[in-house]
Amino acid sequence: MTAAHRLLHRWRGVGVALFGRTAIGATLLGTMALAALLAPALAALLGHDADLPDLFNRFAAPSTAHPLGTDDLGRDMLLRLLYGARVSLTVGVAVAVAATGLGTALGLLAAWRGGWVDALLMRLADGLLSLPALPLLVVLAAVDPAKLGFPRGEASTDILRITLLLTLFGWVGVARLSRAAALSEMAKDYVAAARVSGASETRLMWRHILPNISGPIVVAATLAVAGAILSESTLSFLGLGIAPPAASWGNMLSNAQELVFSAPLGAVWPGLAILLTVAGCSLLADGLRRRG
Amino acid sequence: MPRLVTLRLLQMLVTLVLLSAVIWLLIGLMPGDPADLAIAADPRLGPEDAARLRALHGLDRPLSERYLAWASAMLQGQFGYSRLFSQPVTALLWPALGSSLALLGLSLGLSAGIGVGLGVLAAARPRCAPAVDALAILAQSTPSFWLGMLLIILFAVTLGWLPAGGAEGWASMVLPVATLTVVNLAAYARHAAAAMTEVLALPYVTTARAKGLSAATVLWRHAFPNAALPLLTVAALDAGSLVSGALVTETIFARPGMGKLIYDAIMGNDYNLALLALLLAAAVTMLATLAADLAQRWLDPRLSP
Repeated sequence: MTAAHRLLHRWRGVGVALFGRTAIGATLLGTMALAALLAPALAALLGHDADLPDLFNRFAAPSTAHPLGTDDLGRDMLLRLLYGARVSLTVGVAVAVAATGLGTALGLLAAWRGGWVDALLMRLADGLLSLPALPLLVVLAAVDPAKLGFPRGEASTDILRITLLLTLFGWVGVARLSRAAALSEMAKDYVAAARVSGASETRLMWRHILPNISGPIVVAATLAVAGAILSESTLSFLGLGIAPPAASWGNMLSNAQELVFSAPLGAVWPGLAILLTVAGCSLLADGLRRRG
Repeated sequence: MPRLVTLRLLQMLVTLVLLSAVIWLLIGLMPGDPADLAIAADPRLGPEDAARLRALHGLDRPLSERYLAWASAMLQGQFGYSRLFSQPVTALLWPALGSSLALLGLSLGLSAGIGVGLGVLAAARPRCAPAVDALAILAQSTPSFWLGMLLIILFAVTLGWLPAGGAEGWASMVLPVATLTVVNLAAYARHAAAAMTEVLALPYVTTARAKGLSAATVLWRHAFPNAALPLLTVAALDAGSLVSGALVTETIFARPGMGKLIYDAIMGNDYNLALLALLLAAAVTMLATLAADLAQRWLDPRLSP
């Protein structure tokens, strides 16, 4: 090993520590979250409204007033990106929490009860996994919320609706994972020991099994955020997710697709935002998996 | 094996029947039934005409009764017509299925080939691993519809080399296949890298090397077949996401196929077509999964009881 090699080797070590997956992923996600939080402050600073058209300023070039320019209705692109980040991150985190919670509970139930409960839940999971998800989501998303008693066309209703739909498909993977992990934990001696010393079944599940299978579940939850953000943007792109004028990365891209010939740059930013956020989640999940 | 196939086919049938009932119910919850649409299309029709239309087509009867009537018609082979395209549903479904299978088959082959190649490269040359890894993360984080748009902007709008959409000739296949290939390749690359790394550390690989076999023979003849089995599992699990990918890609590139047919049918309130197309897509997905499972069992006798 020459001196140059050694130097390279040392620097690589520093690089891995500084730029390791977890660090990069957390930085990407943190930046996105911070930007989303600061959206109203920036709106006040720039003095625009993200949803209000300004037809005298259509397709404005980037300037100090509009750092990324404006879209076909004269709305500030940067502000819409940041408000879109709020929608995407909200849906991503909400779906991950709901799907992981439901999936873990059902997986533990299946592992603990066994028998027909296990068979029923796992056949249901198999069935859902074997179906093409997006076509079904398109059907489900086309259901009229007014016929189910929800108000139509409000951004918060849209977010709730998309979260519920994605949770419906999202729990399956977590349930299978937590069932398998719980089954292998339950075969270990410490569980038998806890049982013998008189621990109740509930205590056994919550205090002994759950903490021991939490590693893979946290990784799955992080990946679920990425999956939910991709699915939400796809549905919004197809016109079935978050409805305009509220901004979401998906509906911004859907708008940009119609303007591919006149304003191709509008298609770059929202996609890049999705890419960086999803990559951030994947990197974070990878890093967490390698650690624990 | 025959018992397993029968069981799986039965399970498929049950899933399809349940799915058809659930979707039927959901369609009842969608905005606008055919009578509403007829009224919206013709200003001379009034509310009493709507009531008459509903009675004529049986739309005033409860959903469950209508579902049973539909199901019995299906069982007799009467698949009905598409409202949107004014054609028998079967005349629309088969060409669409063929077009989608061509698109999916080509991109599946390419993504598996390139993905496995990259994965093996990462395992055999650890120096390349970080680059392959970064590429895989980039590929799996890219939304397919965005990639499709960027390709259209670059190759169709700016350079003008390839058509932006449609289904005429081989040139129109290039961009959709490229989009689907990039999106699907990541899973193969990562799983191939993991499986190959594991296999290359096994003693029999060292033996093969010690015998003086060439690096290529060890890699492809000795190590790869054992690492390839888990990849079939990836293929089996991925069948559903392939169909999902087809929906997005076909919609962006305006390419006739199952995905676009389902999307157009839902958006155009063509419920009979939507339901049948969805059931067909689900059936094909499940058959593909079953085929991958059977191939896996055939290649690895340890899996069969």
